[in-house]
Amino acid sequence: MPHLEVVKGLHKVWEARKDFPILERQVNRKPLVYLDSAASAQKPQVVIDTINQYYSNEHSNVHRGVHYLSQEATTSYEVVREKVQRFINARNNYEVIFTKGTTDSINLVANSFGKANLQAGDEVIISAMEHHSNIVPWQMICEEKGATLKVIPMNEAGELDVVAYADLLSDKTKIVAVVHISNSLGTVNPVKEIIRRAHQKNIPVLLDGAQAIHHTKVDVQDLDVDFYVFSGHKMYGPTGIGVLYGKEEYLNAMPPYQGGGDMIKSVTFEKTVYNDLPHKFEAGTPNIAGVIGLGAAVDYIEDLTVEAMASWEEELVNYAIEKLSVLEDIKFIGQAKNRASVVSFLVNGLHPYDIGVILDKLGIAVRTGHHCTEPIMDKFGIPGTVRASFAFYNTKDDIDKLIEGVNRAIDMLK
Amino acid sequence: MTKPINEIEGEIVEEFSLFDDWMGKYEYLIELGKSLPLIDEQYKTDDLLVKGCQSKVWLHAEMKDGTVVFTADSDAIITKGLVSLLVNVLNNHSPDEIINAELGFIDEIGLKEHLSPTRSNGLVSMIKQMKLYALAFKTQAQS
Repeated sequence: MPHLEVVKGLHKVWEARKDFPILERQVNRKPLVYLDSAASAQKPQVVIDTINQYYSNEHSNVHRGVHYLSQEATTSYEVVREKVQRFINARNNYEVIFTKGTTDSINLVANSFGKANLQAGDEVIISAMEHHSNIVPWQMICEEKGATLKVIPMNEAGELDVVAYADLLSDKTKIVAVVHISNSLGTVNPVKEIIRRAHQKNIPVLLDGAQAIHHTKVDVQDLDVDFYVFSGHKMYGPTGIGVLYGKEEYLNAMPPYQGGGDMIKSVTFEKTVYNDLPHKFEAGTPNIAGVIGLGAAVDYIEDLTVEAMASWEEELVNYAIEKLSVLEDIKFIGQAKNRASVVSFLVNGLHPYDIGVILDKLGIAVRTGHHCTEPIMDKFGIPGTVRASFAFYNTKDDIDKLIEGVNRAIDMLK
Repeated sequence: MTKPINEIEGEIVEEFSLFDDWMGKYEYLIELGKSLPLIDEQYKTDDLLVKGCQSKVWLHAEMKDGTVVFTADSDAIITKGLVSLLVNVLNNHSPDEIINAELGFIDEIGLKEHLSPTRSNGLVSMIKQMKLYALAFKTQAQS
């Protein structure tokens, strides 16, 4: 009875709100309504405790000492690599590289893969709905190499034009880098199709999974994706930690991104021999506490299951759209058929900043502005949007308060 | 003769003290925003734009009889209200008075959060820009 299973999972998800201590606090003397999880998700107590426990009892540097603590820290650190490997179903644990976050992961690939593979006249394909972090690193390496950035267009609903994409792919294309789920529109992109088409021409694909990793089950082997990147802090883990998954064949062929300790086998002043994967890409003392905290976040998600979390989030998105649709002169930015976790809107011709300020006074945290996706705002000819983004710990009551707040803002501003 | 800057600030603080909650303050701010004389359309150009990440502010300044006259606008109404307060306080003063103005009233009326860099509403840049104009006029007058 799969239906019963889902309901059972949902009960656990509803209960889980109490795992997040910050959701109990007040802001501007009002109970906090946190609708900005797409910017950064809150942390369950178990993640906070795990980091605390690590610093209180277990801290030492990894991969260096023969002493007990260092070995213990190394084991804990490497156990998380295996956890993440399982979580995304990577073939090998050394295909999981720890980085500072999504942005860092993309910069690593753009620099290292770009250095080795891009030449003047080559092309890199991104899409019209990329976050700045999946635009600028590619722009920088393209400029350096004399390569060109090509952009997959999107329609008014905020969906990528897959036909136009197929036309962009050519012998000049060296890599395709596309967002899995858009942070400002909520669009879930047809990534399997994007990957399949690129692979027909032997072109690797990088997916920016920052908004996807906790909203949908990610299986890198099933996707057959070549690089998959995400951040810890959006998946209920700590800030400053992220993951780059890369297929072994690509990672092995790429030069190191940064030099330093841990990424070497031997160093003389004449010649350095680089370490094997994954250490080749993890120069310097890593964010050990971040990795350990990330491990706790993975456990936490696996316990609740992404499926159950996503089904509640879908319910919240639908409820929010239904309630917002009643408002006069509401305009949704991004109306893809396949969408997840965020609702971006404008109302009554009011500036998103004004709405955001009033909502903040009511204790409601939303994001306003361009969401680091200025090209999207330019396309729709708007200064920005109000974005409510949902996590499984949100309730329908949160959304009712949002609607109340938006109505209040309209009354005050119009 | 225009009143000294701190006197105008004092009047604003007094006015705002009449409101006992944020609603009243913001409603007043929004009214101010609506009543701000708009900047002449010819000045609403990119080179007069003080760009914030979230809202935009246009600022124009000119010298008249030894004092600086500002006109300004913003695309967000709350920002515009704050812009209006700043224009009211600094307008028709000498460059020196503007350069030395501390503008403590924003904190005193409880709107300091709008000057936080994370607000990215262009206000901090606007104050800097107003002072830069005053400095430029001063330098011009001396040369």
